[in-house]
Amino acid sequence: MKLPLSWLKDYVDIDCSVEELETKLFSCGFEVEEKIYVGKNIEKIVTCRIQKIEKHPNADKLSVTQVDAGDYGILQIITSATNIFEGAVVPVALDGAVLADGNVIKTGEIRGVKSCGMFCSGEELGITDDWYEGASLHGILILDNKYPLGADVKKLLEIEDVMFDISITANRPDCQSILGLAREVAAALGKPLKMPDLTYKTDSSLSTVNTLKVTDKAFDLCPRYKSHLVTEIKLEKSPLWMRRKLFSMGLRSINNIVDITNFVLLEIGQPMHAFDLSDLNGNEINVRRAKKDEKIITLDEKEFNLSENNLVIADAVKPVALAGVMGGLNSEIKNTTSSVVFESAKFARDNIRKTSRTLGQRSDSSARYEKGVDYLSVEIGMARALNLISKLGCGKIASDEYDLIDNPLQEKTINTTFDKVNGVLGIKVPSEDIVNILKRLGFKTKSKGEELSVTVPLYREDMEDYPDIAEEIIREYGYSHIKSSLLTTSAITNGGRNYEQTKVEELKNLLIGYGFNEIITYSFISEKDFEIFGIKNENIIKLLNPISEDMSLMRTSLLPSVIRAVCYNLNRKNEEGRMFELAKTYIADRIPLEKLPKERECLAFAQFGEKEDFFTVKGVVEGIIDNFCNGTDVKYINSQQKCMHPTRSADIILFGDKVGFFGQLNPTVLEKLGVDKPVFVAEIDYEKLKQYFNDKIIVKPISKFPPVERDLAIVVEQSVPCEVLIDTIKQSGGEYLDSVNLFDVYQGDGIEKGKKSMAYSLLFRADERTLNIEEIEEKIKDILNSLRKNHGATLR
Amino acid sequence: MQDKFEEIRQKALSDISKTDTMRSLLEIKAAYVGKNGSIRALLRGMKDIPADERAAFGKIVNDLNDQVTALFEDKEAILKEKELNEKYKSQAVDITLPGKKPQSGSLHPLNIVKNEILNAFIGMGFEIFEGPEIESDYYCFQALNIPKDHPARDMQDTFYFTDNILLRTHTSPGQVRTMEIKKPPIKILSPGRVYRADDDASHSPMFHQIEGLVVDKGISLCDLKGLLDEFVQTVFDDDTKTRFRPSYFPFTEPSVEVDVTCCKCHGEGCSLCKGTGWIEILGAGIVNKKVLEMSGIDSEKYSGLAFGLGIERVAMIKFGIPNIRTLFESNLKFLRQFNRR
Repeated sequence: MKLPLSWLKDYVDIDCSVEELETKLFSCGFEVEEKIYVGKNIEKIVTCRIQKIEKHPNADKLSVTQVDAGDYGILQIITSATNIFEGAVVPVALDGAVLADGNVIKTGEIRGVKSCGMFCSGEELGITDDWYEGASLHGILILDNKYPLGADVKKLLEIEDVMFDISITANRPDCQSILGLAREVAAALGKPLKMPDLTYKTDSSLSTVNTLKVTDKAFDLCPRYKSHLVTEIKLEKSPLWMRRKLFSMGLRSINNIVDITNFVLLEIGQPMHAFDLSDLNGNEINVRRAKKDEKIITLDEKEFNLSENNLVIADAVKPVALAGVMGGLNSEIKNTTSSVVFESAKFARDNIRKTSRTLGQRSDSSARYEKGVDYLSVEIGMARALNLISKLGCGKIASDEYDLIDNPLQEKTINTTFDKVNGVLGIKVPSEDIVNILKRLGFKTKSKGEELSVTVPLYREDMEDYPDIAEEIIREYGYSHIKSSLLTTSAITNGGRNYEQTKVEELKNLLIGYGFNEIITYSFISEKDFEIFGIKNENIIKLLNPISEDMSLMRTSLLPSVIRAVCYNLNRKNEEGRMFELAKTYIADRIPLEKLPKERECLAFAQFGEKEDFFTVKGVVEGIIDNFCNGTDVKYINSQQKCMHPTRSADIILFGDKVGFFGQLNPTVLEKLGVDKPVFVAEIDYEKLKQYFNDKIIVKPISKFPPVERDLAIVVEQSVPCEVLIDTIKQSGGEYLDSVNLFDVYQGDGIEKGKKSMAYSLLFRADERTLNIEEIEEKIKDILNSLRKNHGATLR
Repeated sequence: MQDKFEEIRQKALSDISKTDTMRSLLEIKAAYVGKNGSIRALLRGMKDIPADERAAFGKIVNDLNDQVTALFEDKEAILKEKELNEKYKSQAVDITLPGKKPQSGSLHPLNIVKNEILNAFIGMGFEIFEGPEIESDYYCFQALNIPKDHPARDMQDTFYFTDNILLRTHTSPGQVRTMEIKKPPIKILSPGRVYRADDDASHSPMFHQIEGLVVDKGISLCDLKGLLDEFVQTVFDDDTKTRFRPSYFPFTEPSVEVDVTCCKCHGEGCSLCKGTGWIEILGAGIVNKKVLEMSGIDSEKYSGLAFGLGIERVAMIKFGIPNIRTLFESNLKFLRQFNRR
């Protein structure tokens, strides 16, 4: 909200500095986001009288003038302006002067003739006709002939001002006006508020009620609607003081009637509208919902097709305004307008918001209504508009009006105690201070002992209960009074992470120990990624309003994002790395969503660079299972996952349940992403994995007896998997076989083509005695027999 | 006889001094004090000594044996040390060559900060509750006193799936979900991902927040300040201070914006704090009575405080990260800078 200091001063006596005012506003909840010193740049521009104009000897289009600049003496100024004349009083920028746009003027020579400065246009002073008559002219600003010479133009034209831009929180729509902010400033400074004049003279012979019929058929969307007739309109230019106020807020003056509505919006915060009476068919105004497919063309000549969700102001046959948003072209104020009907209304903010959004039509009025207009401002706004008509003498005001209202006005009273208010704050603000602060803010109070009764002014629709009062008190009393205490009245609680939360941290720490960097990627991916990675694309949850197509779908797998992160790094010459993400995937039962979808925690990681291969990623998978699912039955089977390398990937099966997969990413997938290096990945359904978490540690006694170690190298068909052989060895190895570990796989010289040599190290151990060699040899025979029988294995 | 003894001793001395390898030393040692050594040989001549002198003779020979043995042992020690030194020398490494580090990784900086914050509050008795990211309109807005088409919804550009299902714009639904299932005293933190349709150097469509909630008897703004002071001092410096200023959130009343003294200039004014000495860090307040009531908590008996902060903001301030996008690019060059932590 913009607030010019000069305008604020109309309602409050400001006797502190701009900085002090800013600090006061800040501490009571109104942050000054920007502060502009209007006219600050302008320097050394003074009035002068042109005494003589002569042609420049060396240039046809230039004139050489002699001017009287008062104390600054007689100066010679060269100009190309054509609107000047001898005797004219004009602004002149002296040597070293600064214009509104910051440009500096210096004495110089123009075509061999000295010029001691420059005459200024309105634009160069940063003003238009609305500030000073003639300032919009393309030429030199001709000033009042009676002005003293050598006087500072900036002071003379009152250009200097301070413009605050103040952020207003959503609970304070009453401060979306100069008057509303003035009220707060007055309270903060402890000064009285000087209300604008709201009185006006009416004509007893003129009646709104007898002239037209006004109905409100939608009190839910329009709780208060006021209409007031003004006839014998004299459409003319607004007075300078009003034009200047509008100009300072960035508005262009149109005519007195339109200006009055704009002025009231700025000053009071009440959107106003004026209809040309002659355009109102049947002399009727009806506030009603639009009919389906009813049409309206608004003032800016845009046509809209309406629905029952839109509120319109209509005459007997057609809409004449899109309520609260914009008037209709068919009833606008024009040169022929002689009678107008002023509208001041409260429209439901949600409806205005919806209409404005769905139709894509906005205005200062709709912006104001979206924030919320109160019952009282409808009244003040109308009174002020009529007061201005009176003051400007530009119309005859009817002696009565329509005031359609859903409920009789009643001020709300909050009954509470000083204790409750102080309880919210945690400090004891003296009752006297509480009462004083409330009074300053326009509340009426009654107190008796501990009891406090507060009557809320109508413009404070945000006030509901004692916590609101506490807030009013502390923002005026000062938040610096709040002192730290540590839950002195609260029970002691036993905080901390629960089991699952602890496990997540442990898992992350394990991966960090394995050299992984955690990454965080967006939860949304693109349709294209679903295709590239061959992810099933049924029941995908789609955003209605994505920022871009790349981020339009909720991911059901982390792989696309993690792989894209790998590609990002490879493209930046980060040639090797390990990274993981533990995050949610989003799975719907059905689309469109009827209930909240499942959010499944998922772990994905990627390893790339020279040192990585299938077995380094498998090692990490095994490490996770060893650490978290101690003693779980694990199987690895060839994976059918579409995005994976068909012969270098595996599914992880825990107790027969697939919990994830890992291996080399299919090179054709990477090709589509422009990468030709191998990348190894894993994706694990964390929700499933955690079902198999087991962190019971059972300590077995260490046998005192020495183990017997045997190495066994066997030759089998290449297709026989290692794990199957180990299973056979374990099954036939007897009770003392303690462990079987593969230590070598060999193919090549000395081994038949299509076969491989697998070397295992077997450890036998008994807890209660030393094993003898003979029994071990017996077992080895059994093992070899089984291997031969089951897998055609021979001893190498 | 004495002369002979002395002769042996002197010879041993000279032999020892001439020897500089352990092997030859041990050979010479055997020649003197070994079983067949020259000193033992003296004892064998005992039978030629008169009986009454034998004891004295034996003692002298033994003394000589001890003396000579000691001489050898001294030399042995010297040689051993010499050998060892040579071995050490041959094993020398250039200690300035780079070490063979095990590859180490790191948590994401946002989670480093998240854990610091969580740990600060866990010490004060807080539990952690994580709610869903895809939320209903009710939990994200209505139950937080933000009815449909409330202007406060303009503060947050929401991603929608349907009219009623959306991506949560803040972690505040965690408040409501906790209050529905837990009775006071409640002290929880609700961290997680949140989403808003916003994308520039300081906004990301996805970011992280932590919501904090305390519900118990007699909770006041002073408690809020106490908690937050403790927290900012853990995450920033011990001398960090907080400042409250009035603000508005529909789910708290009173609502405050909380600033901390700038961690870079300590309040003197710098580019980070735009010269004010203060950095805006979070929003907080006393839980709106309506929110308590909607979640089934007796607002006459209990009151609450709540705060919500953006983890990105804290991380960016703490680590001096200028652009929020850096956090989501997954550039290992960036992430590895956190490996030492």
